[in-house]
Amino acid sequence: MRDTGTKKHAALAEEFIQDKEKADWHDGALWWIRQKRDMQANQTPQWEELREAASAIKMNVITNLHTYLLQFEANLKKNGVKVYWAANADEHNQIVYSILKEKNITEMVKSKSMLTEECNLNEYLEERGIGVINSDLGEYIQQIDNEPPSHIVLPCIHKRKEEIGALFHIHLGTEEGLSDPTALTRVARKHLRNVFLTRRAALTGANFAVAETGEYVVCTNEGNADMGAHLAEVQICSMGLEKIVPEKKHLAVFLRLLARSATGQPITIYSSHFKKPRPGQEMHLILVDAGRSRLLGREDFRNSLKCIKCGACMNTCPVYRKGSGLSYHNTITGPIGAILAPNLDMEKHADLPFASTLCGSCSNVCPVKINIHDQLYKWRQVIVKEGYVANSKALSMKAMAFTLSSPAAYQAAGKTGRWVLNYAPFAINNKFNPWYKQRDMPGGPKESFGEWYAKNQGKKED
Amino acid sequence: MSSREEILQAVLHNQPESTPLPDMGIFKVEFEDIVQKYMEIFKSIGGEVYAVHGLDEVKTMINKKFDNNKRVITTLPALNDIAELFSPDATPHSFDDVELAIIKAPLAVAENGAVWLTEEAMGQRIIPYICQHLAVLIDEDSIVASMHDAYARIGAADYGFGGFIGGPSKTADIEQALVLGAHGPLTMTVFIIK
Repeated sequence: MRDTGTKKHAALAEEFIQDKEKADWHDGALWWIRQKRDMQANQTPQWEELREAASAIKMNVITNLHTYLLQFEANLKKNGVKVYWAANADEHNQIVYSILKEKNITEMVKSKSMLTEECNLNEYLEERGIGVINSDLGEYIQQIDNEPPSHIVLPCIHKRKEEIGALFHIHLGTEEGLSDPTALTRVARKHLRNVFLTRRAALTGANFAVAETGEYVVCTNEGNADMGAHLAEVQICSMGLEKIVPEKKHLAVFLRLLARSATGQPITIYSSHFKKPRPGQEMHLILVDAGRSRLLGREDFRNSLKCIKCGACMNTCPVYRKGSGLSYHNTITGPIGAILAPNLDMEKHADLPFASTLCGSCSNVCPVKINIHDQLYKWRQVIVKEGYVANSKALSMKAMAFTLSSPAAYQAAGKTGRWVLNYAPFAINNKFNPWYKQRDMPGGPKESFGEWYAKNQGKKED
Repeated sequence: MSSREEILQAVLHNQPESTPLPDMGIFKVEFEDIVQKYMEIFKSIGGEVYAVHGLDEVKTMINKKFDNNKRVITTLPALNDIAELFSPDATPHSFDDVELAIIKAPLAVAENGAVWLTEEAMGQRIIPYICQHLAVLIDEDSIVASMHDAYARIGAADYGFGGFIGGPSKTADIEQALVLGAHGPLTMTVFIIK
């Protein structure tokens, strides 16, 4: 996988906006999806009650997870599914490898699973001689370009059709210059159908897992999870601990919210409920922790375990829409990624909670009512306290704290600032100040509000 | 200690005090004309839907719409003059050449156009996904308003596999341009039998 190295969000976003036409297209495409989400939300009666219920069900899961996990495990076993527990990414990858190795399987097809992206499963298996093909069209495109998905629902939303056409020309032998979406999709359909028909193992993620019955639900629009699973003799599901819902009837709330929030559809085309292996088939399910039990213990941040991975927070976020998901250097991108990532590696992801204007739009569209922008703000406090911000940022924050806590310093700073804006703008409007990138500042006012108020006090009564 | 014990112990230690589940009884979805609503929504998601009076009408329309020189299969014995009844024991790969599959769903949902199918109704799990075109018959009175009603109707019924299917397979991964027929069927037609 192409690595973004140690580049931080701002630098990566800057790379993306170099192509202004593409960046504007990206911004507009995501905003249109946000608008489609709004149309569905407005047409659905009791939308806010649905969000409340979804949030409360997930809170109940968070607070009773131990019981539900045991119940889910017992039901899986009763249904003939083999259960595994993985503490971290490495253990998860080892389990998948051992299942495949036992059956002498060297090729696997995989439907969309952010968890296995997070675990770098494909690389792990490839190093051991097992080929993996991602079957979701967007993920397939990202895979042949050796680039991670930029969006959890729309993996290659940052690519134009001409770029995809060029990739297909190299990897699938299409005619040079072919970029028609329908024509390209037909080529991928034909190629991937052959993949489905020849793979003995298929891996899927899970959108929801029902403790009451032991079944798990996988949602797709393309039908790729089903094509893989129903043709394979070995079916593997990798799921994070937090995917549990208590009872089957609770699925109604989540399936009503998920696709409407994600893409503005009334439901995903396929919502498949996997419960038992078909005759002659094996089903394996891996329950993965990888930081989730730790997140459960962080009071200010545990709410993020409610996430159902709809991507609505990304589509609405002004920073995401401008800078793209590639700038987040984390599997889960956008606002939700920025609050999940520091739990995994605070030092590596220290910049992400700062990649936000704190406008709160993410929290307003979240179908499970995660307080995303509050958590972004709270992570900033934690990250500064733990000493993970750049020195320049820490120093300027200290200077700001001093200035704002001393009236004399505040007045002096204001005076200086106004003078500089009017008489020496070059001192701040230069390439060392990122606030001036693509922006101009107005001239400074002649006097501060404090000065104006002192002069005009009492005038109205005259 | 195994990972299982370690994970469960960490979860038990870190989970906060229990909060209650919400009242699911508050959700009421009602439509004046539920069949009309189903048809309207199903068309809006790229499906074709016809209200018909019986199987003869279904047969006529299928013969007109689809290429019957190609393989057409069904789970319904009453349609064996226009389609092949298949063995549930055949290998799933053997259905790769199916042009059209005709099956019957026990339940459909007006608010989103989806039909509910268990593997029993599918004949085999792979059928509604691998065929090039899918036709689903539903009885008029098996349409419910919402997903809440659907799960109430499904109840505690046992199945190995079941799924909601709401239209032909689709993708918009290339520049958000909608393309029907990603990996599953290119078209989906629903016949509502009055």
